[in-house]
Amino acid sequence: MNAQAPAGLYEQLASQLSQVIGFIYPNEVETHWSILIVIYPYITGVVAGAFILASLVKVFNVVEVQPIYRLALLTALAFMLIAPMPLQLHLGHPERAYEIYLTPQPTSAMAMFGFVYLWYLMGILLIEVWFEYRQELIQMGQRGRGLLGALYRALSLYSRDLSPAALEFDKKASKIVTIIGIPSAFLLHGYVGFIFGSVKANPWWGSVLMPIVFLMSAIVSGIAMVMLVYIVLSLIRNEKLDTRCLDKVGLFLLVAIIVDFALEGLDYIHRLYQSEESIKILGQLVSAKLFTSLVIMQVLLGMLVPLLILVLVRIWRLNDEFRKLLYFSAAMLIQLGILSMRWNVVIGGQLYSKSLRGLMGYKMELTGIESLLTAVVLLSAPFVILIVLIRLLPTRRSGQHTTAV
Amino acid sequence: MNKREFLTEAVVFFPAAAMLQTLALKAEGKEVSAETKTAYDPSLHWYGMGIDTDKCIGCNRCVEACKAENNVPDEPYFFRTWIERYTVRRDGKTTVECISTRPGPAKQAEPEDPSVVRTFFVPKLCNQCANPPCVQVCPVGATFQTKDGVVLVDEKRCIGCRYCIQACPYGARYLNPYTRTADKCTFCYHRVTKGLQPACVEVCPTEARIFGDLNKLSDRLVRFQRTNEISVLKPDLNTEPKVRYAKLDGEVR
Repeated sequence: MNAQAPAGLYEQLASQLSQVIGFIYPNEVETHWSILIVIYPYITGVVAGAFILASLVKVFNVVEVQPIYRLALLTALAFMLIAPMPLQLHLGHPERAYEIYLTPQPTSAMAMFGFVYLWYLMGILLIEVWFEYRQELIQMGQRGRGLLGALYRALSLYSRDLSPAALEFDKKASKIVTIIGIPSAFLLHGYVGFIFGSVKANPWWGSVLMPIVFLMSAIVSGIAMVMLVYIVLSLIRNEKLDTRCLDKVGLFLLVAIIVDFALEGLDYIHRLYQSEESIKILGQLVSAKLFTSLVIMQVLLGMLVPLLILVLVRIWRLNDEFRKLLYFSAAMLIQLGILSMRWNVVIGGQLYSKSLRGLMGYKMELTGIESLLTAVVLLSAPFVILIVLIRLLPTRRSGQHTTAV
Repeated sequence: MNKREFLTEAVVFFPAAAMLQTLALKAEGKEVSAETKTAYDPSLHWYGMGIDTDKCIGCNRCVEACKAENNVPDEPYFFRTWIERYTVRRDGKTTVECISTRPGPAKQAEPEDPSVVRTFFVPKLCNQCANPPCVQVCPVGATFQTKDGVVLVDEKRCIGCRYCIQACPYGARYLNPYTRTADKCTFCYHRVTKGLQPACVEVCPTEARIFGDLNKLSDRLVRFQRTNEISVLKPDLNTEPKVRYAKLDGEVR
């Protein structure tokens, strides 16, 4: 034993031990997957959802959504770049993470992560963004001087062909990449659900619905995130929002929430009706440990209230400003709800004993590697990246206009 | 080639060949000795453990021996093996506690309490599953099953993702705070491959634990299985545990 035990670990464990109710296996005092593993599925979910929203324009020709196509792509990219960070920071040996690429265990769902991530980032997102922006990168590279011009020329990979045939090819290529991208986005987030859903040792996780519930909630969070970014960006730029676009996105959001709600409801009804061995302790888990985060935050505030708002927006004839406010509130509440949902799955699944005889506690650290502070930093990082991306890459095609207020 | 040439070549060839063979064996991690032929062959064994719950007196010596033998941290959050006490009451309610979180033998559970019908101890450890979910989920293959049926963790390869800890239905794994890698019972692999007993078995004063080779018909463990009513923990999960319990109470999970 050459290394030292992490400082503060035993104090944290002693505090968690004091929160134990009933009997737990002695090794279960420690909460193995912390707040970082809560935000990891949240971040990848936003990626998958934002990409699927973007694909509506390219593949399904939903013209109303065109104004936010690029914003959705850039949002997906910004979150994607941060997605592996929480996992990496959580490892006991981060310096060995490359082993996942060198000696992957084919039977492990987690071993797939490296490959799915690389495929999605390098094979889909970056290629799609590049084809989408190639023309403008070349033009900006020609116009730009000094470092910025050099950067644009490098980003365009020094291509110079602006002939109509080349631009036509850009369009075609980006459409093909999007078509491949849709199942890839499903894979990216469906597999995150599978990591939890395939754990037979944990009845709170082990459900065949888990991948599909994760996927639908990802779509909900991604669409809501792009909506938020669009509203905030228009406020900053002091531009008028495209109401038709916002309404269309709101409609997709409404449909996604309804499907998500139905699936999650089905999961709970199924558990209650089957009433297996674990149902008593899971009932105690919900009432004693997860009531606020599950019933209040996830279901009521994060799902039912936004659902109601989105329905009311469609029924009432409201002026644009009020509509915008309502969409903004719904999208914010949805983020809260989806983040709570990730918490309830990841932390909730570790708050009851596999002996089914007791409940544990989780004391979140405020500072340190696996702490609230790190989580906040990691959740803010995609927005910083997004600001840089928006500065570098125009969110509107040249020739596409919006009117200033 | 004439005789002289042959002899000079041979002088070089045979020592060189022997040297190469030695290096090759070393590279494979095999022992190089005169006893190479009679060395330990893992494929001939299939280890398991029998636990006679009636015999366990809750003295905790197995837990202490295990911690000492395997460098398990002393703190009460890390165990390769532990003892649970079940107290069954007249109204049918059962309470369970882990008696290994403090050192020394268990104190008697409320001896004069008339509501207690019976109490018993259950030693727990890694079940060395034949179908181990922890091995299935390890992303880098750091946890693996040996040919003789023991699930081990390679602490030089483990990345500390803790997926195996989540996947174990028995709570048998923990993250060693010193190595920052997953850790669990190894059946004292360093001992059993030398023909010794695991530390917990060695020190048990009542022979509540029986270690053996399920491949050998004459083994004590095989006889133990033949002469007792045997159960395993959580059989519905299809993990096929090789830790077999005799006369296990239905309350035990």
